This record gives sequence, structure tokens and C-alpha cells, in this order.
Amino acid sequence: MNFDTDLIARSLPEIFGAFGITLLMWFAGAIGAALLGFFVAVGRRYGRSWLAVPLWALVEIIRGTPFLIQLFLLYYGGPFVGLSLDPITAGLLGLTVYGAAYFSEIFRGGFEAVPAGHIEAAECVGLTRTQIVRRILMPEMTMLVLPASVNMAIVLLKETAVLSIITVPELTLVISAIGSQQYAFAESLFLLALFYWGLVELAGRLGRFTENRLSKYRFATA
Amino acid sequence: MSWKLFELLIQAAFYTVLISAVSIILGLAIGMVVSAATLSRNRAWSLAGRTFVSFFRGAPLLVQLLLIYNLVPALGLDVPSIVAAVTGLSLCTAAYQAENLRGGFQSVPGGLLEAADMAGLNPRQQFWRIRAPIAVRLAFPSLVNEAIMILKASSLVSVVGIVELTRMAQDLAASTYRPIELFAAAGLLYLIINWLVASGGALFERSFRWGRP
Repeated sequence: MNFDTDLIARSLPEIFGAFGITLLMWFAGAIGAALLGFFVAVGRRYGRSWLAVPLWALVEIIRGTPFLIQLFLLYYGGPFVGLSLDPITAGLLGLTVYGAAYFSEIFRGGFEAVPAGHIEAAECVGLTRTQIVRRILMPEMTMLVLPASVNMAIVLLKETAVLSIITVPELTLVISAIGSQQYAFAESLFLLALFYWGLVELAGRLGRFTENRLSKYRFATA
Repeated sequence: MSWKLFELLIQAAFYTVLISAVSIILGLAIGMVVSAATLSRNRAWSLAGRTFVSFFRGAPLLVQLLLIYNLVPALGLDVPSIVAAVTGLSLCTAAYQAENLRGGFQSVPGGLLEAADMAGLNPRQQFWRIRAPIAVRLAFPSLVNEAIMILKASSLVSVVGIVELTRMAQDLAASTYRPIELFAAAGLLYLIINWLVASGGALFERSFRWGRP
């Protein structure tokens, strides 16, 4: 171990800034992905019929190719079709679209798992389609999709590290840079791995805590 | 895009498949040991197994790969970067496969083991004839999913200089100034490989459906 404590102290503001970028990418990416994924799932289930095939193809393409390839296509291919994005915007857009494909599958599963009897009952008492979605489907679905959504949010946290490859100045990029300046690459990467591990464990625990708190809202199974 | 470039991508795709296959198999072997450790009654083993799973599932694969790639020379070992890359992929997938196997073993119906007990099978026979075959069948669909995850994740070994499909596409894109065609073609190859793995897995799964408890 050859840590230069002075250098670490001097790079602390930079590290905190990078952590801020990681958190920004994660929160904005995950929330954007969940929203977009929800609209895709709704579009596939309730949208016009011509929407079904393109949305299916889009989801399958994104789920079947590596995130890194998608990022390269967006970041290096974008300028050729007039879409020049800075790394942070490209990273955020890439993470959102990538996550949305997986979230849409989670929501699709959620829609399908809501018992048909509940929908029929709602129709019988005269609720409109919008009311059924808002009052019956969404609350029941929230409970059904929560565990998988927490999982996906954690996957997205880990994927933010990949954004370092397209030079988004997040934690992995900044720590790697500092590590190589100090000739302590392995040590700083080890600390980085431990840090992500702690963050993932924390997020997982928070997710399980929320699930337990909300479990009273879980409906009796069909 | 010329056929010559596509041919280079296809060659690189074979390398991607090779790296992934070796990592999946090594990962399965390590995963078996780790799942046995997590299921062990020995507290220390169980804790060690769970820590392994938690760490390798918790830290981003890219960070793990960079760490292993830089840790090996720091420890004074001189190995080619492909070894570091495969080690990283194997350890990461081992953690996920250990969880799958653990789930498989824990879902073996208790009644079957009681029946085996009544029929006079000793613990060793119970393990090899009842528990292991059923657990593997239960864990198989997740194994196919994991294989697809690793095929996609293997794109990350491009950062430690392994010229697999992603790195080849990147190099060719840089030299031809045609990133859209090259990354789209690479994506298409990944899609085809993953589709083949998924359909092969489904076919194989159907062939042992008879044993479903």
C-alpha cells in the first residue's frame, strides 16, 4: 500500500463530485427508465395495435444486446445522424432507454399478474377504463412489481460504472484516474469495489424494508 | 459495410462465445463449491459463501474486471490479460450461479427426500439420485438466463484490451469512421447469439420435462 494521504485529501472534493454524478445518473436514470418503461408496457397492452410489434422489437433488441454496444452506438454513432451529445447526456439517455426495456417487462408481468376477476368486478360496478387502470391496476401492480423494480434499480446503479467508458466523470472514472496518478491503481479499485458493494447492500436493505412496510397493502391472492 | 469487415466481426463473435463459454463453465464449477458452502451447516463456511455471493453480485463487473486486471501484476504474477478477463467473468457469474443452485436445492420437495429415506437410500444416494438431479433441473432455466447475461457482460472485457466482438467493432469503427454500421452489426451478432442460446436452452429444457416434480 502506498497511499499518499495528502493527495487523497486534495482529491476529496473531486471524489465527492464524482459520487454526485454517479448518484445523479442513478436516480435520474432509474426514475426515467421506470417512467418510460411504464409507458412502453401500457402502450404494448392498451395502445393501438400497430404499436405492438415495434415496441416488442425495441424491447427485445435492447434486452438482447450489451449496454456498452448501445452506449457506443448512441455516443459515437449519434453525431453521424445529427445527435451530438455530451457524455453526461448520452449516458443518462442510454441508461434510461436501457433500463426502460427491462422495466417494461417487469410492468408487463405485473399487468398480467393482476387477477382478471378484479378487473371484471371493476367493470361490473361501472368503472371506466381509465378508472380501472388508476384505481385497480396501478395499486395492485405496485405491490406486485416492487421487488423486481428494486432489483432493477440496483442493476442500474451497477451499470453507472459502465458510463465511465464513454468518459462520464462518475466515480469509477475519477477513482481510476486518481489511482493511476498515485500508482495505487489496485488499492483504489479495491476500495471502489467495496464502496459500490456497500451502496448496493444499503439499497437492497432499503428496498426490502419498503416492501415489508407496504406489505399490508398486498391484496389477498386471487 | 463491406463483407470483409463483417467477416472480422464474425471471427470476433466466435471469440466472444469462447470467452463466455469458458467463463460460464468455470463459473458453474466455482458456483457449485460456493453454493455448497452457503448451504453448509458450518457457520464459517456459510458466512464465507454468502460474503462471496454478496460481494461479486454487489460490485459492478467493470470494477471487478479492472481490479483483477490490475491486482494480478501488483501481486507480482505475470499472466496474460485474457486470464484476468476470464477470471473476472467467472467469479462474477459464479456468484449468480451459486444463488441459482442454492435456490434449486432449497426447492427440492421435502416429501421426495422423506420418500427416499423410507425407501432406504443413504444420504449419499439421496444426494446424487434425488437432490442433485432435481436441483439442477430446477436451476437450469436460470442458468440459460445467466449464460445470456454473461454473453452481454463479456463486452466489458474490451476495456482490458481483449479484442472480442465489442472491441473489434470499436477498433473498426475508429478506423473506418462508420460507427453506426459497425455497432449495429455487432449488436445484431449479439442478438443472434443470444437468440440461439435461448432457443437451445428451451429445447434442452423440454427434453427433460418428464422429471419435473
